Amino acid sequence: MSGGWLSRAVSHDLPRSRWLACLLVGLLLALVFTPFLFPGVKALNVAAKVLVFVVLVASFDLLLGYTGIVSFAHTMFFGIGAYGLAIAFSQLGPTWPALGIGLAAGLGLSGLLAWVIGLFSLRVRAIFFAMITLAVASAFQTLASQLSEWTGGEDGLTFKVPEVLSPSFEWLEEPLWGVSIDGRLTCYYLLLVVALVLLLALLRIVNSPFGRVLQAIRENEFRAEAIGYRVVVYRTWSSVLSALFACLAGAMLALWLRYNGPDTSLSFEVMMDVLLIVVIGGMGSLYGAALGSALFLVAQSYLQDVLRWASEACSAVPWLAALLSPDRWLLWLGLLFVLSVYYFPTGITGRLRARAASVARAQSQSRTAAGR
Amino acid sequence: MNGLDTRPLWLVPVLALLAWPLVLASGSSSATWVTLTVAGLAMGMIIFVIASGLTLVFGLMDVLNFGHGVFIALGAFVATSVMAGLADWTGSASLSHNLWAVFCAMAVAMAVAAAVGLAFERFIVRPVYGQHLKQILITMGGMIMGEELIKVIWGPQQIPLPLPEGLRGAWLWGDAAVEKYRVLAVGVGLVIFGLLGYVLNRTKIGLLIRAGVQDREMVESLGYRIRRLFVGVFVAGSALAGLGGVLWGLYQQNVVPQMGAQVNVLIFIVIIIGGLGSTLGALIGALLVGLMANYTGFLAPKMALFSNIALMAAILLWRPQGVYPVANR
Repeated sequence: MSGGWLSRAVSHDLPRSRWLACLLVGLLLALVFTPFLFPGVKALNVAAKVLVFVVLVASFDLLLGYTGIVSFAHTMFFGIGAYGLAIAFSQLGPTWPALGIGLAAGLGLSGLLAWVIGLFSLRVRAIFFAMITLAVASAFQTLASQLSEWTGGEDGLTFKVPEVLSPSFEWLEEPLWGVSIDGRLTCYYLLLVVALVLLLALLRIVNSPFGRVLQAIRENEFRAEAIGYRVVVYRTWSSVLSALFACLAGAMLALWLRYNGPDTSLSFEVMMDVLLIVVIGGMGSLYGAALGSALFLVAQSYLQDVLRWASEACSAVPWLAALLSPDRWLLWLGLLFVLSVYYFPTGITGRLRARAASVARAQSQSRTAAGR
Repeated sequence: MNGLDTRPLWLVPVLALLAWPLVLASGSSSATWVTLTVAGLAMGMIIFVIASGLTLVFGLMDVLNFGHGVFIALGAFVATSVMAGLADWTGSASLSHNLWAVFCAMAVAMAVAAAVGLAFERFIVRPVYGQHLKQILITMGGMIMGEELIKVIWGPQQIPLPLPEGLRGAWLWGDAAVEKYRVLAVGVGLVIFGLLGYVLNRTKIGLLIRAGVQDREMVESLGYRIRRLFVGVFVAGSALAGLGGVLWGLYQQNVVPQMGAQVNVLIFIVIIIGGLGSTLGALIGALLVGLMANYTGFLAPKMALFSNIALMAAILLWRPQGVYPVANR
């Protein structure tokens, strides 16, 4: 089946499940029309965050799902991208060259760091990598808050973006369909296009011969080495590429928020979110990253509201109320995470694809039976 | 062990001697260097107590427990409750009462950590034997949950854990100040090291553990239930982490729920340096990390964490499997 341009655009990696395809198309349409369908600042913010996380989680999936390496330093690269833009804008002013310089500096630093870490730790043993990245990431977090003259310390940096993207810039005098067509909207659609392009680029990477080698390494490192692929080199490249994409996601976040601080981009909570989304969406499938991000980010605000309500309902039982307090939502997230690793290891994508495959098998069997 | 490779043993004195001229160059006296060295060794001994259990668990069962840090925090928080309950003893001027209070806190913390460790092994670790990726994810999830539960029980804020009266202050030795508590910490660390060395090298259980670290299947085929042995090591490792948490909390004189995650980073560096599965390696790694943290904390405070990572990188360049690789996995 050599599909048309659509199949080529997704590098022939089709959803392989009708439900999955419907969900993906639905998500894309929802994201495209969010500004018009769901008025209000909050909905647009959630949608923009979904776009950022689609790229971030997909880049992490390149490491975890496709190459089979666990890295805890992914938010470090995310943070480098965000800080790169934030520092460039606050030092050089809100111009396009500043954006270019910040992006280039962020990408350069991320690539170099990922390369050095990979060279040191992937050479030794895959399990070291998880530990070493954890150490490096926490050191980097400390560093970022200590270099306060550059990074603004714990307070972070608030900055202006180029005028075309700022909310005060109006394209039309009159609102269109009740939505004011301003720089904020331009910024949103810029993020949408960038996220789409980056996701398609990642699909291209994982479905290339290079991506196949990565999956071979994930399945059996020893055999991949025996066939003649240098595992270290491929792993290092995979971690460099994923760092670069994470850095771009960080730049997207900074561009949208017009603010960056250690809690928004570097903190361990962000890392936890990314891990959870990858597991829920389905490891080893970039579509899972997209669906997982949307589901998770919508649920995240929802979960805190539910917890607040439940906590008030249980106020008669203090210990239960303490367990259900909205501040403790990470506890429930952790529980969800553990349960989904146990019972839901292939995630949404894996489940849907397995279902579609079993339905197709049943159909072809009944067809052969009828033909006989 | 015949023909023990002694070269790594020299790393600790070499690091200490290298730091001496640097401390002098920064305009301080040799007394400062002595103070820093004793402090570093004390910190190293505490880290060793925590790391030893983790390294054995990994060596024996190939399980990397990212949730180890939660037992450290648990031990420290239990200690705050116990010490607060024994306010009569901690506040009294008599040193023996003070020591009793500390030992009570240690005993309770170890018991609680061991019990929680048993449950952690059963519900979190057991279903994912042999699957590294899932182990890392699951134990990380366990860590997050544990930290949140600690916040539910003790509250999210920082709790002070003051030293008992008799253990405050320092002994002056010339110009060098040696804090009393650090001597106690070194003492406890040495006792644990001696005990571990005895159990591992002189008893049947120790023999089985060491054999299991070398070749698990062989021990199993000889008819020993290595899984039961492993549960024992895991529980003991959790108890040691609890003890380490008490020591660490008293060392910092306050406890925060995030302390587990903070110390985890140091322990990982230690067991990577030491070689996964090796107790002696963990001791050397812990002492190196403790010394390095104190020297750089004095000379260049901003570089403290990076110096440990640089140390680890240097050791890995020299010996890619750590100084004493044991587990051949």
